[in-house]
Amino acid sequence: MGANNFDRRDFLITGCAVAAFAATPIAAATSSDAEKLITRLTKDINKSIEARSSDAALFVQFEKIFRKYADVSTISRYALGADARSATKKQLSEFGDVFVTYIARKYGSYFKDFIGGEITVLGSRVVKKYFEVKTFTKLRGQEPMEVLFHVSDRSGSLLLFNLYVEGVSMLLSERNEIGSMLDKHRGDLDKLIADMRILNAG
Amino acid sequence: MRGLKNVLTSFCLTGLVACAQPGAIDEINDPYEEQNRKMHELNKAVDQAVLKPVAQAYSDVVPDPMEDAVSNFANNLGMPSNVMNHLAQGEVGFAIESTGIFLVNSTVGLGGLVDVAGWNSQYAHATDFGETLAKWGLGEGAYVELPLLGPSTGRATLGKVLDRVTNPLSGLTAEQESIATAAKIGEVLSDRVEYGDVIDQTLYQSADSYSQARLFYLQSRRNQLGYQFEDEDALFEELYGSE
Repeated sequence: MGANNFDRRDFLITGCAVAAFAATPIAAATSSDAEKLITRLTKDINKSIEARSSDAALFVQFEKIFRKYADVSTISRYALGADARSATKKQLSEFGDVFVTYIARKYGSYFKDFIGGEITVLGSRVVKKYFEVKTFTKLRGQEPMEVLFHVSDRSGSLLLFNLYVEGVSMLLSERNEIGSMLDKHRGDLDKLIADMRILNAG
Repeated sequence: MRGLKNVLTSFCLTGLVACAQPGAIDEINDPYEEQNRKMHELNKAVDQAVLKPVAQAYSDVVPDPMEDAVSNFANNLGMPSNVMNHLAQGEVGFAIESTGIFLVNSTVGLGGLVDVAGWNSQYAHATDFGETLAKWGLGEGAYVELPLLGPSTGRATLGKVLDRVTNPLSGLTAEQESIATAAKIGEVLSDRVEYGDVIDQTLYQSADSYSQARLFYLQSRRNQLGYQFEDEDALFEELYGSE
């Protein structure tokens, strides 16, 4: 009886502790956390661009950076659009994988060429449910280029979910592009994945 | 100028031209898609056969400092028009800034060959008559792909025409005019190489280069014009749910 009581109390205490822990948003993120995240991200990008390695090596670096700082599963699901709903778990995870490589190659060449120079973080602000971190990059003989990074902790950790290069949204552009690719394959996701694997290898 | 503004405003009131900004960030008004796609294929063919190889050759042959000088010169020639448009939009601050840059680069910068203002991170805020028309309330109009010039909108195209006819530098002699044109071509060639990867990616590696270029252009153009969109919230909810 006594032991039982003790057990129950123990259980309650543990239960309360767990509940309290779950109720506290795991250190609610602030816009300054988002700014720190993007500062680290831009440092990593700057470092890999400065290294002036081959394109292939640069893309591998970018893929690592993207996996580390971006909510890749959410981004890849968005890119798939309505087709994500009918996809199997296996298809989603395979697509997520080829998508990351594809994005790293594409945006790797943007950052290398279009953006080129050093990226500087200017500041951040809260936009309703997420954070926006503003950066600029000096370009030869032109107004600096603005890149906005959108960050959220909704996935459970603080991650990048979209970026805007001079107003061009990665999410919108990629949903458009993946949609066109799917159209080419008559909506066959497996064929799209196979095609993207070939594209990534080239 | 005020007369033109009044004419446009009355057109807006009679509903002859679209006068509202697009309601959604990805709104696309493309009633001429079929013709636009044909033009897009033609532009791609011209890029591949002429612009891209010529631009590469130009960039390989001409030393970098000379390339920069040509681009700077072309840029500087666009400044009076830039100032005029800022004034037409009531952006006096930008107009003063651009005037200062024009004066410095035209004198100390040897007639615009050297971007002296740029050394001090002073850049003219880019604008054109299309933006002036937008500020006056004219709607974006339909998406159009122009021969050789590529993506545009009804409003931006009208702006290009008006930029030409109102250019303060229109009093040039034939010889000056051809120098200005040559510099402009040089600038276009340099830009084709400088943004080569992005352009190649969009034109030759997209599954549907037409729709990719269209989306790219509309988003960046609307951003340049300072449009704000409310549907960002909807996008976030689609990603992470409403709560």
